[in-house]
Amino acid sequence: MSSPQKPPPRSTSRDLERYAGLFASRTRGMTSSAMRDLMAITARPEVISLAGGLPDTSTFPPETFAAVTARIAEESCAKALQYGPTDGLDETKECIAEVMAAEGMHANREDIVVTTGGQQVIDLVTKTLIDPGDVIIAEGPTYPGAVPVFNAYQADVVQVDMDSDGMRVDLLEEVLDSLEREGRKPKFIYTVPSFQNPAGVTMSLPRRRRLVEVANQRELLVLEDNPYGLLRYEGDPLTPLYSLDGGVFVMYLGTFSKILSPGIRLGWVVAPPPVLEKINLGKQEADLCTSTLSQLMVQAYFQHADWRDYVDSLTEIYRTRRNSMLDALADHFPREAEWTRPSGGLFIWATLPSYIDTNDLLARALRDNVAFVPGAAAFLDGRGHSSMRLNFSGCGEDRLREGIRRIGEVIKEQVALYGTLTGELPTVKMEQARESGGEGARPVEEAREPGGEGGRLVELPRRTTRSRRAGGA
Amino acid sequence: MSRIAVLKGGRSLERQVSLRSGARVEDALERLGHDVVGIDVGLDLIRRLREEEPDAAFVALHGRDGEDGTVQELLEILDVAYTGSGVLGCTRATDKVLAKHLLLEAGIPTPEFFSFTQTAFRELGAAETLPAIAARLDFPIVVKPSSQGSALGIKFASTPDDVPTALVAAFSYDARVLLERHVKGRDLAVSVLDGATGPEALPVVEAVPREEDFYDFEARYEIGRTTFVCPAELAPGVTERAQELALSCHRLLGCYGFSRVDLMLDESGELYVLEANPIPGLTETSLLPQAAEAADIGFDQLVGRILELGFVRAAGAPA
Repeated sequence: MSSPQKPPPRSTSRDLERYAGLFASRTRGMTSSAMRDLMAITARPEVISLAGGLPDTSTFPPETFAAVTARIAEESCAKALQYGPTDGLDETKECIAEVMAAEGMHANREDIVVTTGGQQVIDLVTKTLIDPGDVIIAEGPTYPGAVPVFNAYQADVVQVDMDSDGMRVDLLEEVLDSLEREGRKPKFIYTVPSFQNPAGVTMSLPRRRRLVEVANQRELLVLEDNPYGLLRYEGDPLTPLYSLDGGVFVMYLGTFSKILSPGIRLGWVVAPPPVLEKINLGKQEADLCTSTLSQLMVQAYFQHADWRDYVDSLTEIYRTRRNSMLDALADHFPREAEWTRPSGGLFIWATLPSYIDTNDLLARALRDNVAFVPGAAAFLDGRGHSSMRLNFSGCGEDRLREGIRRIGEVIKEQVALYGTLTGELPTVKMEQARESGGEGARPVEEAREPGGEGGRLVELPRRTTRSRRAGGA
Repeated sequence: MSRIAVLKGGRSLERQVSLRSGARVEDALERLGHDVVGIDVGLDLIRRLREEEPDAAFVALHGRDGEDGTVQELLEILDVAYTGSGVLGCTRATDKVLAKHLLLEAGIPTPEFFSFTQTAFRELGAAETLPAIAARLDFPIVVKPSSQGSALGIKFASTPDDVPTALVAAFSYDARVLLERHVKGRDLAVSVLDGATGPEALPVVEAVPREEDFYDFEARYEIGRTTFVCPAELAPGVTERAQELALSCHRLLGCYGFSRVDLMLDESGELYVLEANPIPGLTETSLLPQAAEAADIGFDQLVGRILELGFVRAAGAPA
């Protein structure tokens, strides 16, 4: 007989098959992946992970944290321990309005719902708008964290290519026309216009204007996801879609994750009232309310300290790290690779020759204790296999450089091997693949002039053109 | 009651699966009344084993280091009893190229193949032989790393043009790869369990992918994406033949305790052995536990038996 402390019998494989028969059909889209299993290794301390999207929380002053919690304990202990309104506390919404004002946006308290991180906004908006088979338009590549949400609601996601000026709105219009001919209309367009995750590019002002026009003309909702807008390392800020549109068709997603802490799980959504009402009901059903304690922490923090000072200090740190990563890329990645040069945010997107699959490359790189996110995670249509997302906010400069050096070595090894196998000059092969449209994620460089329509695909880091002429393998 | 160290996790690409196998084994051992300590295998492995002083180690590791004889060798040196195949069995089975040569030599059918090391291409101009290989193996062919246990890195090449890319991918996992004729047909697995009267073959499991045309890494470990039929419904004589082949493999490669042999049944009814796994998965969706259940051997009983066999070998009984 088993004693109480012994574990209960585990389910058997047959039981699991029985459970599988009970799963909702939408769980078909909720899949684990080999990549997620590989990511288990990145948690080991010896691995330099450029895979996460982790902000650096190590420089947040502990004394500020202590003061904030002490203040809550003194002034609002009972409230902090209690449920709160589904749409959030008014005092937290004041802080949100302040953050939005810092980017030139105006939002009324009643237009805001406070959420459990920005991720919940993606979930709630998708839940509110999407029936199985409904179309969502997203950038290609798109935020990898949105992919499982769209899958879980069985959306049909169409991804529109980007260039150095962000989403190609001309291509978007073509997609919309072609959908219209099929009698279909997307429910919403999901975009990260500033320092896009994962591509690192920023949508130009003319593109932003055109996107808002298109949304208005065609009566389409846009979900503007803006976690990084305040993390700008050079150039002038661009007007958010929300400001351009006045909140008629643009829903706005904000978060405290990148400007304060991801651990407090606090985000928000601003949307047209009828949509917001449904989102609020969806939120109530999902978790009743966002953590009251977290909300009061934000409020106490905003009263205790100048939140902008901390954002400024983060910006300094991340700018230096971005520069280190860009330098390391130039030093260590082979000429066959290309990458973006973000003016803000947390990510660089690198694209390799089409014969390198970054899923397999990750397995190889993990042997050398370094990790990145394979590009396929940012696509729902099977593209992105030769790209990777590199995060520069989560590691110090030495580790960043070393991580890039190791990845560079592994890429060089594969480029050389391919050259040996084919007897061809690898670079030529890559260019052919690109020209034939084989590559979805076009590597691009951030437009240098804010608002400039250029759209020019800048010849990316050096050597590419020259190497095409170089003879021999 | 014995003190058992369950070795799991580690640095292998199959870390996550191993953690799941290990957790299940730990629970089963506790239910069996043992004192269990789980060890996530790393730099401190030897120190942990010396500190914990287990009576035996249950090796629930998959892939590199855990399944290829490396950890087994260390356990031999430390004189700790352990479960599953010994150093030689692990070495032979995880090296697919070596295993296939041994199979061929013993007359056990396995798909035609060629193998290459990276240095053959780098230093011996092996690329020039690729057209000859294309002529000798009908396409599509399967390109796979020699020692990767899961389906990671396995690529199909439909035409000769696909081969270089598939090779680059496979070489991401191992310095040696093999190019193998693709056998189209049904995907079977026969688990083998040792016992007092020698090894016995468990009922055949057939894996039927629900959507994908390839039984890939994701499908293998995920509930609901592959349907497993056990015992597999096969034409008369095929089950017996598959079991016979599995037993021959298990003996030939020197596996001990338990193993799983993967086979393909082609459209003409011929069986081919693809590979043998010395430490097959022990998760809820793994094939060995399913086959054992079909033979009325519950998971706890299975784990108990595997452990007992480890003690038997350590005691010097013939393995």
